Amino acid sequence: MGLRLTLETSAARALGGLSRVARRGGGTTIPGKALWKLDPSAVDRLAAGLPNGVAVMSATNGKTTTTAMAAEILGEGRRLAWNRAGANLLSGIASALVDGRNADLGLFEVDEGAVPEAIARLRPRVVTLGNLFRDQLDRYGELEIVAERWRAAVAALPRDATLVVNADDAVVADLADGRENVVHFGLDDPTHARPQLQHAADSKYCLRCGAPYEFAAAYVGHLGDYRCPNGDHQRPPLDIAARDIELRGLQASRFTLATPVGTIPVELRLPGLYNVYNATTAAALALAAGASLEDVRAGLTRFSAAFGRFERIRAGGKSVLLLLIKNPAGANEVVRTLETGVPPVLIVALNDAIADGQDVSWIWDVDFEPLLEHAGLVIVSGERAAELGLRMTYGGLPDERLEVIPSLERALDRGLGLVEAGTELVVLPTYTAMLALRGILTDRGAVRPYWEGRS
Amino acid sequence: MRIRVGHLYPDYLNIYADRGNLAVFERRAALRGHELVVQPIGLGDPLDPAAYDLLYIGGGQDREQALIAPDLAARAETLLAAHARGVALLAVCGGYQLLGRGYRGRDGSFMPGAGLFSHETVAGDVRMIGDVLLSCELEPGIRQQIAGFENHAGRTLLDAGAEPLGRVVHGFGNDGESGFEGCRLGSAIGTYLHGPLLPRNPWLADWLLGRALAHAGTGEAPALPPLPDVLEEQAFRVSVERARRRGGKR
Repeated sequence: MGLRLTLETSAARALGGLSRVARRGGGTTIPGKALWKLDPSAVDRLAAGLPNGVAVMSATNGKTTTTAMAAEILGEGRRLAWNRAGANLLSGIASALVDGRNADLGLFEVDEGAVPEAIARLRPRVVTLGNLFRDQLDRYGELEIVAERWRAAVAALPRDATLVVNADDAVVADLADGRENVVHFGLDDPTHARPQLQHAADSKYCLRCGAPYEFAAAYVGHLGDYRCPNGDHQRPPLDIAARDIELRGLQASRFTLATPVGTIPVELRLPGLYNVYNATTAAALALAAGASLEDVRAGLTRFSAAFGRFERIRAGGKSVLLLLIKNPAGANEVVRTLETGVPPVLIVALNDAIADGQDVSWIWDVDFEPLLEHAGLVIVSGERAAELGLRMTYGGLPDERLEVIPSLERALDRGLGLVEAGTELVVLPTYTAMLALRGILTDRGAVRPYWEGRS
Repeated sequence: MRIRVGHLYPDYLNIYADRGNLAVFERRAALRGHELVVQPIGLGDPLDPAAYDLLYIGGGQDREQALIAPDLAARAETLLAAHARGVALLAVCGGYQLLGRGYRGRDGSFMPGAGLFSHETVAGDVRMIGDVLLSCELEPGIRQQIAGFENHAGRTLLDAGAEPLGRVVHGFGNDGESGFEGCRLGSAIGTYLHGPLLPRNPWLADWLLGRALAHAGTGEAPALPPLPDVLEEQAFRVSVERARRRGGKR
């Protein structure tokens, strides 16, 4: 490490300490921002100094959880530079590089829009691309714009880099077309397919000829086993597949992971088909980055939850279950997971800051209806609580089972007051609402701040 | 009364929660004792100009829009005939663009539209994204406001004499320059505002329902009994505040 870089990183680290003292979001982006401002090329040099190189992961849904799972697998016997709190722009990655200056391997989730620059600067050895759904159209423009930027970024990858792609997503799988060193992963258990494509399904027309794909199985949104009726395009064969999937309500799931180096049973302490997807993605990434199959099995078994994504927080004699929602495909999967046991009281919180998406139209593409039928009371909260209330009303929720409480803290107290001791309050917040709720619970001593990590 | 709704290309054009707009029509009609029957109209499906009281067309991504554009352009005569009968129509975003004369791409290509609205759209370099507030006057002397969200790269230029849906108070509007948003032609309305548009602008939903009922019945738009609209009003106020604070600047 050159003198200039050493000085820069110490200065940036000192700033990070200050930011933590001041309790400004754990300093997850402050020191990186400083370094990023001082000298952006320091990021390139820090990344190049990692002996085992860099692996990056991007997707619309599952970035943080997948990367955290991969960290659990790869962290066995390796020191990681990892952006654990989900600060996934270049400034956040710079922070993780500063904090992990003695690391062996860089492991970074990357914002969809930042993929080209991340690839250009970090020169990753492994690039994992998970899925593309309609999400924050106000920020990214259309899905196809993101796909085209990814295509250009992937084309610039050196030949020896490994590209790990979700075969079940037609647009994402197509990015690997014609490349060597590709790993295709996906689900292979039609018993968990949806009876039909969801309302908000994207990418459902053949990339080559425009005909609607036929789906032998549609698992999550448009992800599945697709085939063009004219024979122009179809899902590529899977190198890594999740089979014999068993979902156990809000608690856990189990599946068989088939890989070129062997087949293992996986026990996951997370519910829902989307977490099986995340685990399969993490396994594919970790294997490509050098993990053993036993590391994969053990890591996934140990894994409990990523920050705010499926987090149980004790609050008095009760617990709060936070399930982040941010776009139709992700929220639909949360709804599907809750369907197995609809909680009597449910809080849904909608903010509209940049990190949530300023355009709140997506809530109308979420299929909330299965919850509305059975929930005893839905409390809508956040800055756009009224809009969310309208969504629920037009979804058929009668007025007497709806409460509109814009203040997150008051909504939380109302919800906690209604659930019985020993039970769970389920909260579906958007990103900044999740941060705020976690902040409230932190202030009450119920949860450790995220920069101290999990136990 | 029965209101027959034709929903054009719902499988292709649904990017900005268009079903929310239809849910508003359905509920507000039902609360006044009217029944809404929605018929999806896909690629190549027959479209009888007399068969519907209200036509709806939403927005899609460029790729989906390109897939349906030739089919829509081929329906020009039918759509003009329906419009001449007084059928109510709401077109949002991509649907609004494609009901004009056409869309000129950056490469000079031209995708013809149905030619109902007197406008043409040209591809722009910068997407116009943000909250919007409009002031409009659909009925003489009655000023109303519409709050919504826009996200479009196309710049839509109205012909001289074409009537906009409203004037932009905050936001970009059709082209970011003229101060106009949308287009209004008799009972037909085209707009870039999605979000969806109608939940927080219930008066506009009622205006369109009135026109649809007029077509379904005697030709006169019946007075619709007012609804409490408490949440609608709150959602509208938040949206107005957003447009004021962070709407696109021309």
